[in-house]
Amino acid sequence: MINSAYFFLGFKSVRSFDSPAIALACSFIAIGALLKNIGFNLQQSFFSTFFTYALPGQLVMAESFIIGASLINIFIGVWLVNARLFPMAVSMFPLLKSKKQSKWKYYLSCHFLAVSSWLIMKKDYRTITEEFRIDFWIGIGTATWSIAILSTVLGFLVSDYLSKDMMIGLAIVNPIYFFCMLIGSIKNIAIGTSVILGTILGPAFYLISPEWCILYGGVSAGVVAFFAGEFDE
Amino acid sequence: MSNLSSNIILVIAVTSIATYLSRSFGVLFSEKIDEHSKIFKLFDCIAYSTLAALISKVVIFPAGDLVEAGIFLRIGVVFLCVIAFYVFKKNLVYPTILSAILLTVLIKII
Repeated sequence: MINSAYFFLGFKSVRSFDSPAIALACSFIAIGALLKNIGFNLQQSFFSTFFTYALPGQLVMAESFIIGASLINIFIGVWLVNARLFPMAVSMFPLLKSKKQSKWKYYLSCHFLAVSSWLIMKKDYRTITEEFRIDFWIGIGTATWSIAILSTVLGFLVSDYLSKDMMIGLAIVNPIYFFCMLIGSIKNIAIGTSVILGTILGPAFYLISPEWCILYGGVSAGVVAFFAGEFDE
Repeated sequence: MSNLSSNIILVIAVTSIATYLSRSFGVLFSEKIDEHSKIFKLFDCIAYSTLAALISKVVIFPAGDLVEAGIFLRIGVVFLCVIAFYVFKKNLVYPTILSAILLTVLIKII
């Protein structure tokens, strides 16, 4: 089954001083408060994060729900904003492969894929024996997912005490934390170009297609960055 | 069960399926990919650039409460926090806390 030593090693990685726990908690407190404001009850808010666990997708869901969008429109909107999870999975799961591990672990634990857990795994995978990287990953994922769920519940419960200014303050925490984490993980020309070009092209493509801007900006920047990396080698 | 309640359950289900599809297809696709291959490097670049695109889109064209803060204020806070990130030797906690305090205070002043 799951190697408990590696599982807890991963689980404890969110305890470090500069772990994503604070940013994650702030963002999901804001989501919990938002879900309450749009009419979700406590159980529904809990299950929203439990089953989705993807902040931008949940924001799109909330916005679409408010304007009474159809289910198919919600599906497309969420799929588009969360499509980033596909390249994230493709660029991480090959690092966790082991013939000694069962497949169900990979398909179940992919639910834990989020910016926070992905960046921790990309930073730490070399320190873990190949065979047990998936157990380490399940540990990281369980910890970050639990923080998100508990924070959603907390946000729901304290929403009446959060002023508008405090909600705005909470909303900036997530992009700041992950932007700093991204620029901190730049280790070569290819990744550096990816981050810089992605930062410019994402909003640039918004002017052409607000719905597709993340995919257009991300893929075009990534392809250019890949060739920049190849040229540099 | 009320109409609104069953609607919300459907919305949660649809959102979860749309999200899980990208994650699980990523795992399926990665079964054939070697970590030393060119295609892995390409997807690594696309993953980083897509995240960067998403984060900068959230700051420049936000949804939700961030809209209330002006664009120059948002970009200014990002710049100050990136500077703080390097001043504090790439520590992530100080810029994160600073960002919330700066925006909450500055939005009242500006």
